[in-house]
Amino acid sequence: MMQEMKSAKSGPPSMVDFQWLIGGEAGYGIMTVGAIMGKVFTRLGLSVFDYTEYPSLIRGGHNAYYVRASDEEIFCQKQPVDILVALNRETIDRHKHELTPQALVVYDPNVTKVESTEFTTQTLILIPFLELTKQVGADRLMINTVAVGASIALLYNDFSVLEGILKDIFGRKGEKVIALNVDTSRAGFDYVVKNFAGKSQIAIQEKPQENLFIGGAESLALGAIRAGVKFAAIYPMTPINAVLTTLSAYALKYNIVVKEPEDEIAGVNMAIGASFAGVRSIAATSGGGFALMVEGLGLAAQTETPLVVIEGMRPGPATGMPTWTDQGDVRFVLHAAHGDFPRIVVAPGDCLEAFTYVMEAFNLAEKYQMLVIVLTDKYLNEGHTTLKISNLKSQISNYKIDRGKMLTDEEALKETDYKRYLFTEDGISPRSIPGQQNGIALNGSDEHDEKGLYNETSKMRTTMMDKRFKKLDAVAKILPPPVIYGDKDASLTIVGFGSTKLPVLEAIKWLKKEGISVNFLQVVYLNPFPADVVLQILTGAKKTLVIEGNKTGQFESVVREKTGFVFSNHFRKYDGRPFYPEEIVEKVRSLL
Amino acid sequence: MTTLKDLEITYDKPNWCPGCGDFGVWVSLKNAIVQLNLNPWEVVLVSGIGCSSKLPYWVKTYGFNGLHGRPMPAAEAIRLANHGLTVIVVAGDGDQYGEGLSHFIHAARRNINITVLVHNNQIYGLTTGQYSPATDMGEKNKATPVPTVEAPVNPISLALSAGATFIARGFAGDNKQETELLIEAIKHKGFSFVDTMQPCVTFNHKNTFAWFYERVYKVETKNHDPKDKTEAFEIAESWPLRRLLKEGEKEQIATGIIYQEERPTWEDGIPQISTMRLVKQSIENIDINSILDELI
Ligand SMILES: Cc1ncc(C[n+]2csc(CCOP(=O)(O)OP(=O)(O)O)c2C)c(N)n1
Ligand code: SF4
Repeated sequence: MMQEMKSAKSGPPSMVDFQWLIGGEAGYGIMTVGAIMGKVFTRLGLSVFDYTEYPSLIRGGHNAYYVRASDEEIFCQKQPVDILVALNRETIDRHKHELTPQALVVYDPNVTKVESTEFTTQTLILIPFLELTKQVGADRLMINTVAVGASIALLYNDFSVLEGILKDIFGRKGEKVIALNVDTSRAGFDYVVKNFAGKSQIAIQEKPQENLFIGGAESLALGAIRAGVKFAAIYPMTPINAVLTTLSAYALKYNIVVKEPEDEIAGVNMAIGASFAGVRSIAATSGGGFALMVEGLGLAAQTETPLVVIEGMRPGPATGMPTWTDQGDVRFVLHAAHGDFPRIVVAPGDCLEAFTYVMEAFNLAEKYQMLVIVLTDKYLNEGHTTLKISNLKSQISNYKIDRGKMLTDEEALKETDYKRYLFTEDGISPRSIPGQQNGIALNGSDEHDEKGLYNETSKMRTTMMDKRFKKLDAVAKILPPPVIYGDKDASLTIVGFGSTKLPVLEAIKWLKKEGISVNFLQVVYLNPFPADVVLQILTGAKKTLVIEGNKTGQFESVVREKTGFVFSNHFRKYDGRPFYPEEIVEKVRSLL
Repeated sequence: MTTLKDLEITYDKPNWCPGCGDFGVWVSLKNAIVQLNLNPWEVVLVSGIGCSSKLPYWVKTYGFNGLHGRPMPAAEAIRLANHGLTVIVVAGDGDQYGEGLSHFIHAARRNINITVLVHNNQIYGLTTGQYSPATDMGEKNKATPVPTVEAPVNPISLALSAGATFIARGFAGDNKQETELLIEAIKHKGFSFVDTMQPCVTFNHKNTFAWFYERVYKVETKNHDPKDKTEAFEIAESWPLRRLLKEGEKEQIATGIIYQEERPTWEDGIPQISTMRLVKQSIENIDINSILDELI
């Protein structure tokens, strides 16, 4: 549980920066209303981040949905909770230690019993959720909708934004459903206006809206759509389910064949088959499914078939903790193979990067006829955040499709002695696709010669291996260098990858307000590893701290292996939870 | 007109053991492609790993030689990506009924329009003669210290219950029939499956050409109607046996088209490819602005 880290140290004050939390039994629509709250805050112009905790159960387990919003840019959740909406007693037991002294505790006194001594400084907001649902003729399962209306009333004095969102969300389900949802949430809204006006010290000032609200997995899927993905074979697994469902939601509009294969082995072999046949294709999974895909990764490499695979990490081994977050698959994705073959591994750190790097992954895969693994995790995939629409749009319009040396039908026709694995300067051979006359070739998993015919001679084997790895050298030359966030001459440099970017940037922002200067080196491409730049930055740093979400310091050991740099400080977490900015701040303070 | 010469690979030739049943299947497959007048560049042979799976190296069409047991998913996706292609899976019995069995069942139930040609030698050839899921009961070889007590898979029964819409058994000793079966299989709209008995002359000393010649019969000579599923099941269940042979008993092995039906294919149910092949659809400048609007 989270109690141990809830010393309720707030971040530095800002105009509006609060965290709302709703908790209840699984099955009561916690996830739906959490997302609605995020959307409301987005439309009010705030910066928003959400984070969920839930067990791998459909009914009965405890679900918690945190939404943090602020009128300055925020990057992640924080520890203290300002508004707790408890749909049951368990929520109070689990989360009361997270509350700020001024927090509001919202619950139904007819359902949840609270001792008079339990909350000494907090304000109790008693709302008869169940009674209100009855009054508007709604099912008891709709107490979550009452809670949304009530929550909004505590923060903002107008119901219309929420109403607009409910209409958008339930629009397809017809007038009746819309009316019921609007009435139900309005009942909560009105109840608070009538009985608890002025109880909340948080008052949202509406700002011009320039953001949209998006999840990590959605960002991955949208990036793929923009990049022209035409085929996806994805076997369900947390935390990549939303990649599958988002692609599927737009499959008809964008003519994408989205299939649920019989297993991940089929998934990866299907993605390879489709790519061989000339369409951009993708597979996605978590660690367990990725384990099943391993032989297929080598097949893509050996046949030089472009392949993009998303791996969303969760705590293993085996089933582990399916719905929690982790960064323990670093070594796995870097090495998953029998035999040596080149691969690109990219780890986006936020939603915008998820979108951008997936698009780029498709270009890299086709240009270098190579496997690209996009490494993410539950925290990134299932969290939602506000993104500046203009940032996203410029990424969209800057993107150019690059299919590399894929032959057009006309080019293929001109071939007289086509060699699928022709030796070239950069190792990349022109690629034909089935259906092209004069491009006929066999793409095979056996070692082969330039024509693709199996060949086991010492010379050919060595030359072919070298050819494949030449491509990796070519990739290394064009990849963007790792990114540094913050002051150049900071007193401490934090190093990390993937979603830890979010709490690290938040912590840096807070520390800066205290006058402590920390910067962050984000390694985006884990392979080919940008060793020279990283070493240069690290040796120039005053102090270093490497941060990652696993037990054995897999990322740290990769940096050391590639650069020789020995870190003196590390911060690791492997409890299934993401890093909190408070924890990072504390760690940094202890080092300076 | 496509000729046998068009399908010829000039820089290599098959390296199967002399007398291997794979030669017959190879010849029949090429004959079928020629007789159907398919453009070689519009045919893709997708194979796994094994002696039999080497076949695509020696036919001048597109080829994808994938992983042991996994040609099926690759072939399915190739077909979905470009349904203008004739996609033929070439696999061994180890390939398809061992590692690849679940893919076989799933492809059959989907009724994807591909042809699956299994070289069934009832043994692992390339790994030098271990027993396979199709090995007859009571056989003893170097992978089993006592005669095997495992009942063999019954590929025809399996295909029937999985929902395959074209099911045939061929024999590498009868090229004429094998060619005809492959022609019908390729012409069939849906999942077509030809289990071909293919003697491995090096490692399988029981199920030899001579052994088969004494036991095969053609179902059409017994007036079998391939639309009759009940009869098809009876034929399917008549061999291989899930028991040891009785004294004086001799197997009867049906060949020919055992079952055929019409059912919508997987491709039929995918509107995304109903007007244009996936591979022909442009991916330039895909506009996702309307999705962004939904996220506001
Ligand atoms: C994953 C994997 N396991 C095992 C093997 C080794 N292997 C290669 S071919 C083969 C069996 C071949 O038998 P079959 O598929 O019946 O084809 P045949 O050689 O008899 O034509 C095996 C087990 C492999 N290549 N890959
Ligand atoms: S080992 Fe058997 S199956 Fe393989 S080539 Fe030789 S005879 Fe044919």
